[in-house]
Amino acid sequence: MNLPLPKSAAPRRRARVSLPKVTLAHGSGGKAMRDLIDDVFLGAFDNPALAPLEDQARFDLAALQAEGDRLAFTTDSYVVDPLVFPGGDIGKLAVCGTVNDLAVGGARPLYLSCGAIIEEGFPVEDLRRIAASMRAAAEAAGVAIVTGDTKVVHRGAADKLFINTAGVGVIPSGVEIAARRAAPGDLVLVNGLLGDHGAAILDARGDLALESPIESDCAPLNGLVDTILAACPEVHCLRDATRGGVATVLNEFAQAAGVGIEIEESALPLREAVKGFCEILGLDPLYLANEGKLVLVLPAERAEAALAAMRAHPAGERAAVIGRVLPAPEGTVVMKTLFGGTRVVDMLVGDQLPRIC
Amino acid sequence: MKYVDEFRDPAKAKVLFREIEDLVGRIELCQSRPLRIMEVCGGHTHSIFRYGLEAMLPRQIELIHGPGCPVCVLPMGRVDDCIALAEQPKVIFTTFGDAMRVPGSKKSLMQAKAEGADVRMVYSPLDALKLARDNPDREVVFFGLGFETTMPSTALTLLQAEAEGIENFSLFCNHITIIPTIKAILDSPDLRIDGFLGPGHVSMVIGNRPYAFIAERYRRPVVIAGFEPLDILQSIWMLLKQFAEGRCEIENQYDRIVPGEGNAQALEAVGKVFELRAYFEWRGLGSIDHSGVRIREAYARFDAERRFALPLVKIADPKSCQCGEVLKGVIKPWQCKVFGKACTPETPLGALMVSSEGACAAYYNYGRLDLAKLAAPAEEALSR
Repeated sequence: MNLPLPKSAAPRRRARVSLPKVTLAHGSGGKAMRDLIDDVFLGAFDNPALAPLEDQARFDLAALQAEGDRLAFTTDSYVVDPLVFPGGDIGKLAVCGTVNDLAVGGARPLYLSCGAIIEEGFPVEDLRRIAASMRAAAEAAGVAIVTGDTKVVHRGAADKLFINTAGVGVIPSGVEIAARRAAPGDLVLVNGLLGDHGAAILDARGDLALESPIESDCAPLNGLVDTILAACPEVHCLRDATRGGVATVLNEFAQAAGVGIEIEESALPLREAVKGFCEILGLDPLYLANEGKLVLVLPAERAEAALAAMRAHPAGERAAVIGRVLPAPEGTVVMKTLFGGTRVVDMLVGDQLPRIC
Repeated sequence: MKYVDEFRDPAKAKVLFREIEDLVGRIELCQSRPLRIMEVCGGHTHSIFRYGLEAMLPRQIELIHGPGCPVCVLPMGRVDDCIALAEQPKVIFTTFGDAMRVPGSKKSLMQAKAEGADVRMVYSPLDALKLARDNPDREVVFFGLGFETTMPSTALTLLQAEAEGIENFSLFCNHITIIPTIKAILDSPDLRIDGFLGPGHVSMVIGNRPYAFIAERYRRPVVIAGFEPLDILQSIWMLLKQFAEGRCEIENQYDRIVPGEGNAQALEAVGKVFELRAYFEWRGLGSIDHSGVRIREAYARFDAERRFALPLVKIADPKSCQCGEVLKGVIKPWQCKVFGKACTPETPLGALMVSSEGACAAYYNYGRLDLAKLAAPAEEALSR
């Protein structure tokens, strides 16, 4: 689909920031700020909706209406540390995360905003690189960044760089995805290896110094969701398993629908490196964050079709059925352990903390 | 995963479960009441719940989850001392991650951090020493915590600091020892334990000799156990075999890790740096003689207790807590008056709800499903 965007205006020469570091002047609203926006953001995000630099992006409603019958709107803030990690950076994350939040509602993601809160002293070159990474991710996802905001704060008032993105998408008529729809008899699926992002971030903080770093799975999932919905429009629940991991999403489904969910430990797709990482630190991969993983609940008789469609897509090659929905215990997730024992998989209380011994 | 999956093989587990079932039928004691086995170490408790072992064992075996979680048994007063240290402006306070949430009388280290204290999570005392090296104008304090398992690494780090002449590093020593604590449990008048699964990692350091008195004087068998599910099942099987054959010995299931004599180098480092305290306070168990260590006079300059003014106030456990009775196996976690009500993992009142290795937290997180099943007294089930 082509994004409905206004017609391009005549191109304009863009200013360039000559200083190596962002200063408070770049957030003051004057010429320096205009130069920064010109250089960093307009340079990267270039599109006709953004170009006129009005205070808002404007869209033709009729064009949107042709795409579906409901508008989806979401926002998320990104504060990841470190800003760059194996498999991605804060820019890629900020685009993929918001695109995925739209996609898992069945929406076709269209437009994103980008709000950047920058700590003074942040290298302009790093900012350019992160903006370029946002552009690449937006292109991969087929969305446009159409409006934005820049603030510069005093040193110490923010940690290097925070990014907020909001996103708008359109839900095609007939698509009805909701956590409360999980029904006994449904199967639970995931689209691939779990826990990569969480492990990659912990590893990138340099605490363990693994020989071969684990890469984040950060990726836009709207293409995969399209594929899944084409093969199996009856998907009942769909969420991306970000913070809190798969365990948290499953608990949300079980509680919203008042059903039990039973997963099989032996069916969980896990990378050997992530398994080892969790063993050493005493962490549970079910609670590790993902940035490119979906949890789906759908009728059992449609599972084969959905699984085949997912496996044919690059973002779903390691897709697997990991469990099923049961009438009871209501609102509870349990796991059949490798031993045939059963345990409750609860919501996490706080952060997962590495164990002492 | 290599070296892990071998110890989690469901087929082998099935065989062990069957043999355990057989053995239980041959033990006379098991015909009148359940056999009560205490796993001393929190790592065992964690594995037992993580793999759902308890509910799969015959009902004639009752597991009692012991005091071997160093985070759980840390008394409130010591947490308050940590916070007092962390709140000193020059101090970088370093700790293992799971001590962050342990509640003191007013707050936890995590709350202190939120209020501005410089508290940092480390994975090893050497990370703390590196921080000291990198921040010569700050005072880096390491929160030394744990049984004999972690004691050697703390001792060696301190010796390293001395060798390098690092002046801004000190240790807040809360290391505890397991033997006096097992003895205290054995001496308690309401003792209900028939045998022990011994702590594998502690024994890797101290060997198996220090346990001899448990079999000789108290006539209770011990099997030193590893931490994978098959280790635990095999250890239970070995313990049952002792009962069935009328033996009472110290056996070592974890012999791939635990040498009979322990680790001489580790013990030497520990002996060089630490000496026994007259007594140490345990959350839930009270004061136990010779159950903790402190830094010897020769290394006083590395001792945070001597270096900084600390409140060192003793704070009584909350009255409603029945952690001590749970630890001794007198009651089960869910029989405590505040379990799951006032005391949850979000707002732990008692020691055992604090860490995922604590018996109460383990029941709360993993075991709720089985509670209804387990709540019916085993004696009653046997008579049916």
